[in-house]
Amino acid sequence: MNALSDYKGQEPAWCPGCGNFPILETLKTALFELGMEPHQFTIVSGIGQAAKLPHYLKCNTFNGLHGRALPPATGMRLANHEMPVIVTSGDGDCYGEGGNHLIHAIRRNINVTLLVHNNQIYGLTKGQASPTTTEGVVTKTQPFGANASELNPISLAIGLDCSFVARGYAADSVFLKSIIKEAITHKGFALVDILQPCVTFNKLNTYSWYKERVYHLDETYNPYDRAEAFKLAIKLPDKIPTGIIYKNNKLTFEERIQILKESPLVKQGFSLNSTLKELDTFY
Amino acid sequence: MDYTILIGGKAGQGLQTIGGVLARLFSRMGYHVFSHQDYMSRIRGGHNFYQLRFSDKEVSSSRKKANIIVALDLTTIELHKDDLEENGIIIFDAQSVKQTFTGQEFLNVPFDKIAVENGGDKIMSNTAAIGAVLGMLRLETTLLEEIIHTNLKKKGNDIINKNILTAKAGYSYAINECTQCSFAVSMPGKNGNMLIDTSQAVGLGSIMSGCKFYCGYPMTPSTAVMNYIGSKAQEYSIVVEQTEDEISSINMALGASYGGVRSMTGSSGGGFALMTEGVSLAGMMELPVVITLAQRPGPATGLPTRTEQGDLLFVLHSGHGEFPRVVFAPGNPEQGLYLTNKAFDLAEKYQIPAFIITDQYIADAQWTYESLDTDKLVYNDYRLRSRDGAEAESAYQRYSFSEGAVSPLAVPGDSKRLVVVDSDEHDEAGHMIEDAEMRTKMMQKRLLQKLPLIQQEIEAPFYFGGEKPDIVVTGWGSTYGIIKDAVMSLSKTQNIAMLHFSQIYPLPLSEQFDYLKILTEARITICVENNATGQFAYLMRAETGYKFTHHINHFDGRPFLLESLTGEINECIERL
Repeated sequence: MNALSDYKGQEPAWCPGCGNFPILETLKTALFELGMEPHQFTIVSGIGQAAKLPHYLKCNTFNGLHGRALPPATGMRLANHEMPVIVTSGDGDCYGEGGNHLIHAIRRNINVTLLVHNNQIYGLTKGQASPTTTEGVVTKTQPFGANASELNPISLAIGLDCSFVARGYAADSVFLKSIIKEAITHKGFALVDILQPCVTFNKLNTYSWYKERVYHLDETYNPYDRAEAFKLAIKLPDKIPTGIIYKNNKLTFEERIQILKESPLVKQGFSLNSTLKELDTFY
Repeated sequence: MDYTILIGGKAGQGLQTIGGVLARLFSRMGYHVFSHQDYMSRIRGGHNFYQLRFSDKEVSSSRKKANIIVALDLTTIELHKDDLEENGIIIFDAQSVKQTFTGQEFLNVPFDKIAVENGGDKIMSNTAAIGAVLGMLRLETTLLEEIIHTNLKKKGNDIINKNILTAKAGYSYAINECTQCSFAVSMPGKNGNMLIDTSQAVGLGSIMSGCKFYCGYPMTPSTAVMNYIGSKAQEYSIVVEQTEDEISSINMALGASYGGVRSMTGSSGGGFALMTEGVSLAGMMELPVVITLAQRPGPATGLPTRTEQGDLLFVLHSGHGEFPRVVFAPGNPEQGLYLTNKAFDLAEKYQIPAFIITDQYIADAQWTYESLDTDKLVYNDYRLRSRDGAEAESAYQRYSFSEGAVSPLAVPGDSKRLVVVDSDEHDEAGHMIEDAEMRTKMMQKRLLQKLPLIQQEIEAPFYFGGEKPDIVVTGWGSTYGIIKDAVMSLSKTQNIAMLHFSQIYPLPLSEQFDYLKILTEARITICVENNATGQFAYLMRAETGYKFTHHINHFDGRPFLLESLTGEINECIERL
């Protein structure tokens, strides 16, 4: 790979100023710096503005159904666990429609990197509350304010003993890039919740709102301490920590499957003759 | 010689063990066996039965009347005593049934006492019962001893010996006490047959087709396929995953398929209902996947452990939007093996979802074969792989029009070809588009050009009968065996034929075999279906314009039985 421009995909159809742009550029740079050529990895996505990302980046792409990015990503890793798989999703796609799959992908600890563009609002369907919308925020379908309390993806993931839990901020490219690179190279399921301003629909969580709150976890922070990580995750949001909040070195799902120790499934051949003896077991 | 044995009792009493061992025993002796199971949706208690027919001639259906009833509880006697064939015998243990019955048709065998005296434990009373059945039939116990050895290998010699002693004691008891036993059992005088049910056959078919990934969520009666493949996973390098739900199953199977391996998922009605958005995704992405659906009566949770052919039209129309598919419904294990293989082949050749529909009755039913013909099985790798050359890698387009209806499907990561698939309408490269012209071209390629090619691959229906039949009995899927037996028996007095469809969609072309001509020229045509509305008859009418003259529909959750189906066909004939 010679240049960053080699990762250029289609022209994005996002709103000008959208937080998705810096995330896209940051991901491209991370992939380039990791030396991963476009044919060497796959990006899987569901539906939503964030889920369009793989089209805007040259790569193998599986742009599936709303909320359903993690199951095909799991199937892909099981078919070929030598192929890195990255999932790009939004808060509605991943925490709403796909909530069940998220829980079980973490439980399996499949070696997939999940980037959630968390703008705390539904963009593609034009401005309804999402699972991470702050309680009380008024939208078109919630004219008296969102009634439910917001989901905390970080504490949820730590609660499930997720292998890698991080928070990034879209407009903080250099730091976000370092998180994404670590997430991709981490062995195990990696969740990166990326705070992302939605300039069109989210009037609360704006660039200036984040600027006042976001800070970096410093080098003295120990991400292997689960109890500390949990405390950090449930702190009131006057200040929002970004960085790697929790990680562990659990065995991955792929490592726990005996059959995959030999080689990836896709490289294991098949001959009909080798199965004929199976008929004898029925006598 | 054609005998039926019914073993009835509460769930958990071991009637499946007794039935299973007897079925295996008779098939090893070289008899033809047909068995089916009737069970309730509960783990313990209730009333369940296992019914098996064994004969020196081919049998492919269940009868109502039984020659021997093994009653493990009182309910079995009360419910089934009227189903006893002339000179038939009910054996029971008066102590455990807590009531005694006298008369020619009853034989009290103290199963528990025999087990305790010979094996030291009541747990072996089922072995005593198996021995007693053999004694009643005046068959030898040699093969039973072999089966005990194989089945109990892990439990050690002591347990094996105790079971053999118990079996022999049960056998002797019946020889001595069943003076009224008059079963005339002729030895088949040939090698043993294989015994297989359709769930196993579908599982076997997927293994023999190079399936590398199976995922599903447990649901009766589909779970048997997952169990079978799971038990062979290590041996044949198959990853089997139990998913969090059926939505995940179909999407995971599609992910594995995209990744380059043959994949399969399966469920029953309610679970399959959840899968339908994924079926539609397979249609849009043109990804091969095989889906097996074991039907049970609906709507909703319906009768969870019972049988029905109620989901044909649902499968035909499952998934939103328009896209091609193939639908197969095997009528026996042999077709289950072959059609599963064909489903894998066509799914990959045409990059479509392919369905295997069974139902509880056929999924659990065991059949015997001397052997299964594996010459018809095929394995072709239709995917574009790196070994096919690196030429034009940069020009590779997942949905290229240049190859006609079927674009090349590359394996991601295997070469520099980028594989881009999308659930949105897309261009040749796989990127989403909205323009009308591209949409039309994609629909033509994906659907309209493919369907006629697929239809060419569909084989003629099974036909049994003369050239110009008066009466044609038609069915699909699980009713194959029962219709065959009924038509065979009626053919002694009637000019009757049978037409059976196992390759349901697309319907076979009439060029290779003109089934429509046979139907239109017959006087009486009866469509037999285990559903209320006649879904196959509807499909025939919609696709060909042909309307059957008569319908026989059952929708009580139970399978057709030979005596009743023969009677109903006769009624149709007489009514005219």
